[in-house]
Amino acid sequence: MIQYFAIALMLVGVYGLLTQKNVIKLIVSLNIFEVGLNVFIISVGYVSGGIAPILTSQNNTSALLYVDPLPQALVLTSIVIGVGVTALALAFARRLHNQYGTYNLDEMEGE
Amino acid sequence: MKQAVSIVLVLLLGAFIFTALYFADSSPLQFKPYGDADLSGRVSQGYVDKNVTADAASEEPAAVVYGETKNAETGSANIVTSVVVNYRSFDTLGEVTVLFVAALGVGLLLSGKRRRQEAAFQPSFILKHGVRIVLGIMVIFGVYLFTHGHLTPGGGFSGGSIIAAAVLLLYVSDNAFKAKVKAFKIAEGVAGSLYVVAGLLGLALGGYFLYNFLPTGVVGDLLSAGIVPIVYILIGLKVGSEISGVIAGFATEEEAL
Amino acid sequence: MSLMDILELVLGIAMVVLGVVAVNAKKKITSVILLSALSMLAVVAFVIMRAPDVAITEAVIGSGLVTGLFVFTLFTKKNEGEDA
Repeated sequence: MIQYFAIALMLVGVYGLLTQKNVIKLIVSLNIFEVGLNVFIISVGYVSGGIAPILTSQNNTSALLYVDPLPQALVLTSIVIGVGVTALALAFARRLHNQYGTYNLDEMEGE
Repeated sequence: MKQAVSIVLVLLLGAFIFTALYFADSSPLQFKPYGDADLSGRVSQGYVDKNVTADAASEEPAAVVYGETKNAETGSANIVTSVVVNYRSFDTLGEVTVLFVAALGVGLLLSGKRRRQEAAFQPSFILKHGVRIVLGIMVIFGVYLFTHGHLTPGGGFSGGSIIAAAVLLLYVSDNAFKAKVKAFKIAEGVAGSLYVVAGLLGLALGGYFLYNFLPTGVVGDLLSAGIVPIVYILIGLKVGSEISGVIAGFATEEEAL
Repeated sequence: MSLMDILELVLGIAMVVLGVVAVNAKKKITSVILLSALSMLAVVAFVIMRAPDVAITEAVIGSGLVTGLFVFTLFTKKNEGEDA
């Protein structure tokens, strides 16, 4: 179920990237896209009835049914890279604002 | 007009993704519907059984039992951690490098002699005094997360981020606060170099880069899993100081442009 | 339809609606706060799909640090005149 909504969320992000003219809004759209993508990748590894891939004193043997740990490992790194990308983009936005006094891409072209 | 065109484009993209995923012909590589993933066909089963490098085809692997199995391939009870820091550690080293380059870019773009920017809002009484209570708990929780990353959910990335969130709270709650950015840079550099040194030690002792050269111990013990907890602590320190440095760059501004 | 299915349905619809509103919001700060709320719902989705490691990381980074960076960018003295 969540998988369909994750794809829809990615499409919302693409729509935002296509239509918005404000730099901050573009970065927000990029983040929405990223959240949708992360939820989608996690949903690929979900097994109905599976348990979280951590051995504990209750779930103490590897013979039980676990969800796929590999997509989780990939998304873990992807989220941290996402914050780096967002920070870099915001730093660029701030330089643009210092230069032109606006965040709107259309108003920047005149100068 | 422009909006209508974008909506049409996005819907076309959506239709393409849906047909490609859910209505394609049945082939061996067909996409499994939500909840029907099959681990036995993937490499993931090897990660769960801690039996990737051994001769998996010849014999059925013995089940790993919490608190009993000794000297498994990787002794980490948290299987995600064993993938991130043991089987795919080189991947993580590259990822940490990407984060370092991003932090470097932020530092270059927001450089110059810095002073604290004048915030457009004043911190309230509750924020100012609540931060003093929460701060210690947050830092301790972050350290707990990355020292127990091989046993419980969490790990270097989330623990480091919680420490960075503590620094963010310090900046928000006090308009005159300035962190020592140089200390962040030193911590970041030292942790990153030690990660590479750990990898090189593995190369010298075990034959390949980032080899887990310490004994892995009993699954579930605090002192188990070889170099996994050490590397996760280094990652925690590196991520924490890196994101703290980025926040410090954002909270200050250039002096008289 | 079990309770879990209904929860997933409500969660998914809420996520998409929040995303659409965040993209189309008039004020920048509104869309930033809605993005933070969307990340929080994504955390619930991760917990439903049994990914506690990812959930913790997304809770700290997605709804905490990224929002903080956006707010530091938007609320400086220079931007005050603008419609934040």
